[in-house]
Amino acid sequence: MRGVDLIGFAAGGLRGHRLRTILSLLGVSIGVASVLLLTSLGEGARLYVTGEFASLGANLLIVIPGKTETAGLAPLVNTAPHDLTLEDADALLQRVPAIERVAPIVVGTARASAGDRSREITLLGTTHDVLEIRHLRMASGRFLPREQPRAAVCVLGAGAARELFPQENPLGRWVRIGDWRFRVIGIMAPRGTSIGMDMDQVIEIPVETALRVFNRSGLFRILAEAGSHRDLNRTQEEMRRILRERHAGQEDVTIITQDAVLSSFNLILRALTAALAGIAAISLGVAGLGIMNVMLVSVSERAREIGLLKAIGTTHAQVISVFLVEAAVLSTAGGVVGLIVGLAAGHGLQRLYPDFPIHCPPWVIGAALAVATSVGLLFGILPARRAAQLNPIEALMRRKA
Amino acid sequence: MIRLDAIERTYVVGGSPVRALKETTLEIQPGEYVSIMGPSGSGKSTLLHILGCLDRPNGGSYRFAGQETARFSDDELSSLRRHRIGFVFQFFHLVPRLTAAANVELPMVFAGIPPDQRRQRVEQVLEVVGLGHRAGHRPDQLSGGEQQRVAIARAVVMEPAVLLADEPTGNLDSGSGREIVELMERMNRQGLTLIVVTHDPKIGDRARRRIRLADGRVISDDSP
Repeated sequence: MRGVDLIGFAAGGLRGHRLRTILSLLGVSIGVASVLLLTSLGEGARLYVTGEFASLGANLLIVIPGKTETAGLAPLVNTAPHDLTLEDADALLQRVPAIERVAPIVVGTARASAGDRSREITLLGTTHDVLEIRHLRMASGRFLPREQPRAAVCVLGAGAARELFPQENPLGRWVRIGDWRFRVIGIMAPRGTSIGMDMDQVIEIPVETALRVFNRSGLFRILAEAGSHRDLNRTQEEMRRILRERHAGQEDVTIITQDAVLSSFNLILRALTAALAGIAAISLGVAGLGIMNVMLVSVSERAREIGLLKAIGTTHAQVISVFLVEAAVLSTAGGVVGLIVGLAAGHGLQRLYPDFPIHCPPWVIGAALAVATSVGLLFGILPARRAAQLNPIEALMRRKA
Repeated sequence: MIRLDAIERTYVVGGSPVRALKETTLEIQPGEYVSIMGPSGSGKSTLLHILGCLDRPNGGSYRFAGQETARFSDDELSSLRRHRIGFVFQFFHLVPRLTAAANVELPMVFAGIPPDQRRQRVEQVLEVVGLGHRAGHRPDQLSGGEQQRVAIARAVVMEPAVLLADEPTGNLDSGSGREIVELMERMNRQGLTLIVVTHDPKIGDRARRRIRLADGRVISDDSP
């Protein structure tokens, strides 16, 4: 029997009971569409997060005060961590040859006001080099000056500028933060959320000023950028050594590399995508049961036809393949519909929410179709065997289904 | 052509065995026109199913064209039905969703014959049964007599050696019943071996050779 004829005959069988065919086809469509959408969402989230990290620079090392101890005796001496200071940051820049830039970071919230407008805002104390390290761009004016780390100047995030100065150009104006007044010298280009911090809603001020505003001596973080991606581990070791030296021999800082964070996020989000796809795959399994049900009904309804096929010399294997192909045609058609629906839904979501990360990797399309077809074949086995095992004499003697 | 030797067929009905055929011995030559008659339960349907290789006997020997069918695998029996045996049934058994032409074509589709060859042959056979103009109609658009003609066309499309008809007129009025029988008789005159199972003497008595069954045995076998 020719393959084309087999598919033609099987498709003809499906046309015999349209409503049932369409319903079970819909089942597969929903399954495939949800696998596609959820995978796209998971994959979109992964690419979004890894993209965010990559945009921070792959050569980034982050120094965090404090050290997580997982084991050990209660300390006999006072081991309260030393503050991470501006001098530490300078030392890293001076003494580790691989490090090209550092940016000390101080973060806190404060009430900022301009004229009669006022709001709670995140204050970011830092230095000029953060511009390069975090790949930030200016909309107008200039960034924090390289010298004068105590100047009373500030740079507004795009959102903060809009809200504090809705009508006028903020450049040269004053912003009041607590008891301090700052002159606006620059405005950032819109950036959006970057690793949990909405960079548009931030006001940047010189780091020493920030320490005074918050009355702190310790930094929140030190960002350090190495010149090359290679030897990041050795650079990290050197940094650790220098800081230990400066902190009276205590290892009281944590240094993380962008790479480590990136790969663990990558891992987590891959697992998330797989879990989402797995959940959606359950609906494909249910759809498979639907197909099996339809095919079983079809087999018993078409007992006379099967009896006839046997009488005209159709072999056992041919009867099986007729019904298997019928189930596969059904589920593949459902898969195609599901693909179209899923892709369209993804596209629609993307249009409605342009910021929403959706990414459908091309292999998912092929995989979804292959899975849909296999679902049909798998759940078609039982009905097809039942058809082939039908006793032709009994089947022919049934008057009407 | 066909040689049955002491064929036994026993069914188990409700736990107790029923002997549908008892030591049936029969020989049919190529080109014969045979009717098999008997009351219901006489075993004539069982005999027809065994002749058509839809059923296997429990004992005895069935040789088709000199070959012992008991030694055939299921696929070899399928092949025998496909190429050498045509069936005509009381209830036509046309596939309702297919046109007359597609129904006739069906055996050739499963035999893997290429489409252009199939079309030619279908046209030819539908012409023979006088339905060339109805090729595109579905069974529910055809009368009973026409449906049975389509069924006959389907039965002979593979040019079998034997045509087995099971109560072919049982579902038709007497006029179209006679036409159907005449059609098959015409094919028989061209060399097709024709075996008709019926309980209707008006049909059965037309055959040159009449076999009567009762209680699973041949009780008479006469050629006038």
